[in-house]
Amino acid sequence: MTTTEQVPERSASESTRTIEELTESDYEFGFSTDLDTDIAPPGLDESVVRLISSKKDEPEWLLEWRLKAYEAWQAMDEPDWAKLDIAPIDYQAISYWAAPKQKPVLDSMDDVDPDIRDMFDKLGIPLHEQKMLSNVAVDAIVDSVSVTTTFKKTLLEAGVIFCSFSEAVHDYPDLVREHLGSVVPVRDNSFAALNSAVFSDGSFCYIPKGVRCPMELSTYFRINSMNTGQFERTLIVAEDDSHVSYLEGCTAPQRDENQLHAAVVELVAKDRAEIKYSTVQNWYPGDENGVGGIYNFVTKRGRAHTDAKISWTQVETGSAITWKYPSVILQGDRSIGEFYSVALSSKRQQADTGTKMIHIGKDTTSSIISKGISAGHGQNTYRGLVKVLRSAENARNYTQCDSLLLGKECGAHTIPYIEVKNPSAQIEHEASTSTVGEDQLYYCRQRGMTEEDAMSMIVNGFCREVFNELPMEFAVEAQRLLSVSLEGSVG
Amino acid sequence: MLHVNNLTAAIAGKQILKGFDLDVDAGEVHAIMGPNGSGKSTFAHALAGRDGYEIDGVATLDGVDLLDLEPEARAAAGVFVGFQYPVEIPGVNNMYFLRTALNSVRRARGDTEIGARDFLALANEAMELVEMKQDFLDRPVNAGFSGGEKKRNEILQMAIMQPRLAVLDETDSGLDIDALRVIASGVNELRSPERSVIMITHYQRLLDYIQPDFVHVLVDGRIVESGDHTLALHLEDHGYGDFVNHDLDDAAERPLTGATS
Repeated sequence: MTTTEQVPERSASESTRTIEELTESDYEFGFSTDLDTDIAPPGLDESVVRLISSKKDEPEWLLEWRLKAYEAWQAMDEPDWAKLDIAPIDYQAISYWAAPKQKPVLDSMDDVDPDIRDMFDKLGIPLHEQKMLSNVAVDAIVDSVSVTTTFKKTLLEAGVIFCSFSEAVHDYPDLVREHLGSVVPVRDNSFAALNSAVFSDGSFCYIPKGVRCPMELSTYFRINSMNTGQFERTLIVAEDDSHVSYLEGCTAPQRDENQLHAAVVELVAKDRAEIKYSTVQNWYPGDENGVGGIYNFVTKRGRAHTDAKISWTQVETGSAITWKYPSVILQGDRSIGEFYSVALSSKRQQADTGTKMIHIGKDTTSSIISKGISAGHGQNTYRGLVKVLRSAENARNYTQCDSLLLGKECGAHTIPYIEVKNPSAQIEHEASTSTVGEDQLYYCRQRGMTEEDAMSMIVNGFCREVFNELPMEFAVEAQRLLSVSLEGSVG
Repeated sequence: MLHVNNLTAAIAGKQILKGFDLDVDAGEVHAIMGPNGSGKSTFAHALAGRDGYEIDGVATLDGVDLLDLEPEARAAAGVFVGFQYPVEIPGVNNMYFLRTALNSVRRARGDTEIGARDFLALANEAMELVEMKQDFLDRPVNAGFSGGEKKRNEILQMAIMQPRLAVLDETDSGLDIDALRVIASGVNELRSPERSVIMITHYQRLLDYIQPDFVHVLVDGRIVESGDHTLALHLEDHGYGDFVNHDLDDAAERPLTGATS
């Protein structure tokens, strides 16, 4: 029998170590693919903006729009209010154009470069239509460009347009011109301005009046090249009485440099339309010393017209730094905005994420459910704005922010902003912070579960309300991803 | 079956069990009674393998050295503890939890896992035992359960896990008389020549419903007296005073540091 003075301390640090081991994981999508890539030299000036525009053979109006954005960006500073420690970004060290070389026109999946197809197979996203989930259409984007979009024909029969942004610029210029920048103005913030100047590709989606999109739409983003930024732009327009559910997923190879991803997503939900937008973000998070990883600086916003509904669901497990606030402008009367979020920060990851709900119309409703998980040395901040303008009679908001801490070196922060200009508003805010208790783990282990399984079960239970909002196939994927991120076991 | 010899346990420098001896044969029901702080719960945790204790001595189940095993391996070896304070696990469906638990143990033993449909049949049977309704399975593990429901859930888990050795730690505490009757009849149903049960309790009351083969009195970390069920009746009348030395200090069972829920 040893002396026992040290016992409690040792046991506490042992528990901490176990949690650390459990939360350290290998990134399973860290491979890179040797693709023959057309890449622009690093650096940004007006000629680069012109180069991108000409590579894409864009109309004059779009080049002008880009140049204005570039000019605006030069005069803007990066937002510095987030609780993030960001190393200075050298915009001149980044390449703004990278595209896998392949046949320019794709009529069917069989025309996709086999290397690219293999890469997506490896990511678990088969691009062969016969191998795919039959109810999900995929737009696959590698570095700067869309390599293929599946089920395009099936969708067109229903009147739904789903294609790469570049194609949309050529095939549906009026639709693009009408809505581009209408929800996220060029000058919204410096990352949005930069994106507007140099965006390379993205997805475009248009649901005509009264149409319920017959399948889930999804975009899969893959950064492959080194030293490149990814600046994609997504625009979804849902006409009156239409309905669409959209999902995006993202991964990147394991590299020692930080890579910048600055995307813009704009949603327009017209009268009585409904857009459900789900994200499973798994960019490379960097290693446990904070080396490498993606800077995920994203501006996402939707405008909901009368009786329309926009719902954001996000599962954010990747990226070294996440700066992201998917928002809804509740412009029309009785419009509804929802935000469901799971954000995991482990290793040295930092996330400052949340939403903005801007109530303008009467009887507008918003709800926010945010689940933050911090592990390792991760720092997780929920930052959310609920703003009720004078015009928004009888606005309602319900916010719930729950934080879960795994380990002793991590942090969770909740920063809600509430601005109410109409006294009829009803605003509720609830927040909680908890830890995965040793007694919870012990209970599960006494019932025969391994510590890893127990941890994963408890964390998934914590996220249940958000996972329930994801389309079925992706809920399973999100749950698996979270387990993998936490367990250190490669699935 | 269970053989415990000179078991000692300390936490935070405090010696709780000071040479605990117990032998339990297959099919037997033993009751361990004792005053607050005598080490009853610590004995259960020492068998289950809770972190934070400094353990020495011998504890084997069917010849397997339990003290060398992780908690989950002890569960696979057949140890089940019905907890005094079952923890809540929000968001995790009770049915999912139970099936994961059962399949973890089956996997560890090299058995095939049980599918959802077969499990449901098994669970329904077990639920009749503790008179639970179907919706019990759909609720999160212990979250929002009443005290009685939590205890019934422990017995439900025991019925599903079919352990070799069940250690029920104050399963009777906080129960009204109806709930006590339900739980006792559940435990009685689960008695079998293959299974041993150790009941840890303060009170004789539970033993009116579940008659033990042996009763042990635990005082200050040691079993000081053993007998048949009449010993419990004696305790009921006379208290623990006969067994407690006056120079005992406050060998209280302390909650583990850092344990939160």
